[in-house]
Amino acid sequence: MALVFIPSLMQKLSNGEQRVSVEGNNVRQVIDNLDEIFPGFKERLVEDGRVKPNIAVAIDGEITPLGMIEKVSTDSEVHFLPAISGGV
Amino acid sequence: MTTADYERNMVLATDTDYKVIGTRPVRHDGADKVTGRAIYGADFDAAGLLHGKILRSPHAHAKIVSIDTSKAEKLDGVKAVVTSKDFPEVGNQWLKDNILASDKALYVGQAIVGVAASNPHVAESALSLIDVEYEVLTPVLTTQEAMATNASILHDSLTTEELGKDTGVVSNVASHTQHVKGDISKGFAEADVVVEREYNTKTVHQGYIEPHNATALWSPDGRLHVWCSTQGSFVVRDSLAELLDMPVSMVRVTPTEIGGGFGGKIPIYLEPVAALLSRKTGAPVKIVMSRKETFEASGPTPGSQIKIKIGAKHDGTITAAYAWMAMEAGAYPGSPVGAAVQCVFSTYDVENSTIDGFDVVVNKPKTAAYRAPGAPNAAFGAEQAINELAEKLGMDPIELRLKNVATEGTRRPDGPVFGRIGAKEVLEAMRDHPHYQSAKAEGTGRGISIGFWFNIGFDSACNIAVNKDGSVNLTEGSTDIGGSRTSIAMHAAEVLGIPVEDVRPSVVDTDTIGFTAVTGGSRTTFATGWAAYEAAQDVKKQCIDRAAIIWDVDANNLQMEDGVISSQSDSELKMTFKELAEQLSDTGGGISGSASVNPSGVGGSFAGNIADVSVDPDTGKTTVERFTCVQDVGKAIHPSYVEGQMQGGSVQGIGWALNEEYFMNDEGTMTNSSLLDYRMPTSLDLPMIDTVIVEVANPGHPFGVRGVGEANIVPPTPALANAIYDATGKRMTSLPMSPGAIQSADAE
Repeated sequence: MALVFIPSLMQKLSNGEQRVSVEGNNVRQVIDNLDEIFPGFKERLVEDGRVKPNIAVAIDGEITPLGMIEKVSTDSEVHFLPAISGGV
Repeated sequence: MTTADYERNMVLATDTDYKVIGTRPVRHDGADKVTGRAIYGADFDAAGLLHGKILRSPHAHAKIVSIDTSKAEKLDGVKAVVTSKDFPEVGNQWLKDNILASDKALYVGQAIVGVAASNPHVAESALSLIDVEYEVLTPVLTTQEAMATNASILHDSLTTEELGKDTGVVSNVASHTQHVKGDISKGFAEADVVVEREYNTKTVHQGYIEPHNATALWSPDGRLHVWCSTQGSFVVRDSLAELLDMPVSMVRVTPTEIGGGFGGKIPIYLEPVAALLSRKTGAPVKIVMSRKETFEASGPTPGSQIKIKIGAKHDGTITAAYAWMAMEAGAYPGSPVGAAVQCVFSTYDVENSTIDGFDVVVNKPKTAAYRAPGAPNAAFGAEQAINELAEKLGMDPIELRLKNVATEGTRRPDGPVFGRIGAKEVLEAMRDHPHYQSAKAEGTGRGISIGFWFNIGFDSACNIAVNKDGSVNLTEGSTDIGGSRTSIAMHAAEVLGIPVEDVRPSVVDTDTIGFTAVTGGSRTTFATGWAAYEAAQDVKKQCIDRAAIIWDVDANNLQMEDGVISSQSDSELKMTFKELAEQLSDTGGGISGSASVNPSGVGGSFAGNIADVSVDPDTGKTTVERFTCVQDVGKAIHPSYVEGQMQGGSVQGIGWALNEEYFMNDEGTMTNSSLLDYRMPTSLDLPMIDTVIVEVANPGHPFGVRGVGEANIVPPTPALANAIYDATGKRMTSLPMSPGAIQSADAE
């Protein structure tokens, strides 16, 4: 299962858990399954079926440009980070 | 000035023998640039061209009660007047308000009304005939003022967001970001030595020489064509389409040559106004900002307030690090604090860290990107604190950094794990450099620092068409700011095995190439270069297939190396790329290749500085006596351009460190909005900037490239602060470290 790192600002949703193992072959499935375990994550992360524009997803250390369709493997690390603004 | 007496460029992990990559050919656009023939936006002309001017707010914070343009519209020669009411009702209101304000003016210089006239003088005269009634409000000009209890609120609808959660609290704080790693309380409890300080930086401008400009022609068929100076023609296209409620296919943007951008030419300002004026008049409308407008009404980089606390054991192991950073977004949300929190401690492997970042609106122009946005502010604090820690521990500042440096496999403070990076190699190159090994001249101080920028990938496209003389036309959509035409062409030349002079690169408009993201984020050579690599591979494969047809052999037995197609089984079968090109028309038609990429694997870049300064005890003026920039660039495609980036970033950092700032009066007006008073360094202020290219190949790119445009502006401000401290005993915690600031500071 992929290891999801719960951002500190979202750990109220995970009852303080900092890392959660979640099944899923892509980001969409991981978020859906995380939301099953700890309801509320999907609302924080997803808007109109896409990762919210102010959220970035990093898989195994790389910010993915593919969002919800990025593949996730069983030993992947998944991070939800603030998307970079400021127009870089 | 110093002379390099060492091997300038260190190849540490890239040992591939390239033919074109790593050479220093003359840039393709050089002749046009040096002879003045290159066309910049202000040069643009067209039949029936009208000239636009903008009426701007004299107030930093005011309600707009009414706008009366009737007298201006009656002036002879005035062709059209537009206000925010001319925008469609859809679209991002804050984006529209930053183009033409609707209900509130939120900074001095904010655009209120646009006028098009037969010449610029009439347009200027018309501005004085426009009556705008304001209800002036109290401005907030710093994060401290904006975050204070009972602060004047800029946006009644703005509530603080925390990673996807709306807190519902109306505030000038647009967002709060936080990264937590380990247990910071435990880490500080383990520390034997702790350093804690607050640092402040002022608003500064990118200082590009060419002001913003735009010309728009809204044709009767509904198509809008815009020519402008931009770092991202597709960003302009998409933003215009959103603001004007048009399909993107109805908007065409042609990027003219660009006289600098450094991040500041990513947003749009004049383009929608010129478009609206053109729609009203049916004529092309050109608007060019003055220098004053460029300072007051484009996007500088933010002032900031930064608190740093770092603890370490006696042996130098850093046990905990804390950062609190508030950055000015300007009038609308979107400061680079998110990037700052990613970068502030990423050079180090710290077990316990917490980083808080706040995006804060203030009554200043909406900030834009500026070369590693946010990272220099963060480094100014963090890298001074590291030096202070080294002093308390009695350690060499480079050795302290090497003891804690992040390497492949280190988990960053924001969570992800680093791949192959070159921070350690950069520090080692600094330590071993003759500059660091040499004794300081009498009366000088020496400072060092290192900085990180993560770089980005994003979309890029490239087309390559083979000409019958064996040259190729290469088209791409990345504005050429630092010689990228040539570095991108070099990718194609390397793959095809032809001289780079046989590649004709062109930066084309949005109708002519696939979507290409901005020239920014140190992405262009990485991503557009990658697109060129892939497009050239496409051409190469087609060339092999065509030769197989001509020779009637299996293509799998053919290869193309160094511009020669040959058979692995028949030594008689050989043909150069040029010979094949001559035959294309008779053997099935021309060959063209294309590619669109959106690559990950960008690989971050680290840059370090060694700076020697002297400080005049009577005036406080700092002279930079010697300055060395070391940077891990992955692979230097064109080393001269890489060195240019390193020198350019260093110089901008030196200006930021020593002189540059927006002087704001209490009413929120910038009082030094000219290049005479906004003191950027010139060649007379600087020593030769020595460069050392370190190449730790990025495994995420075909040639090992890491973006090089930004990391080099991160370390100069703390390197110079550390040098000034070494020279004077004064720990400078605010930028700029101007003569007056140094004079009034107390020695530690």
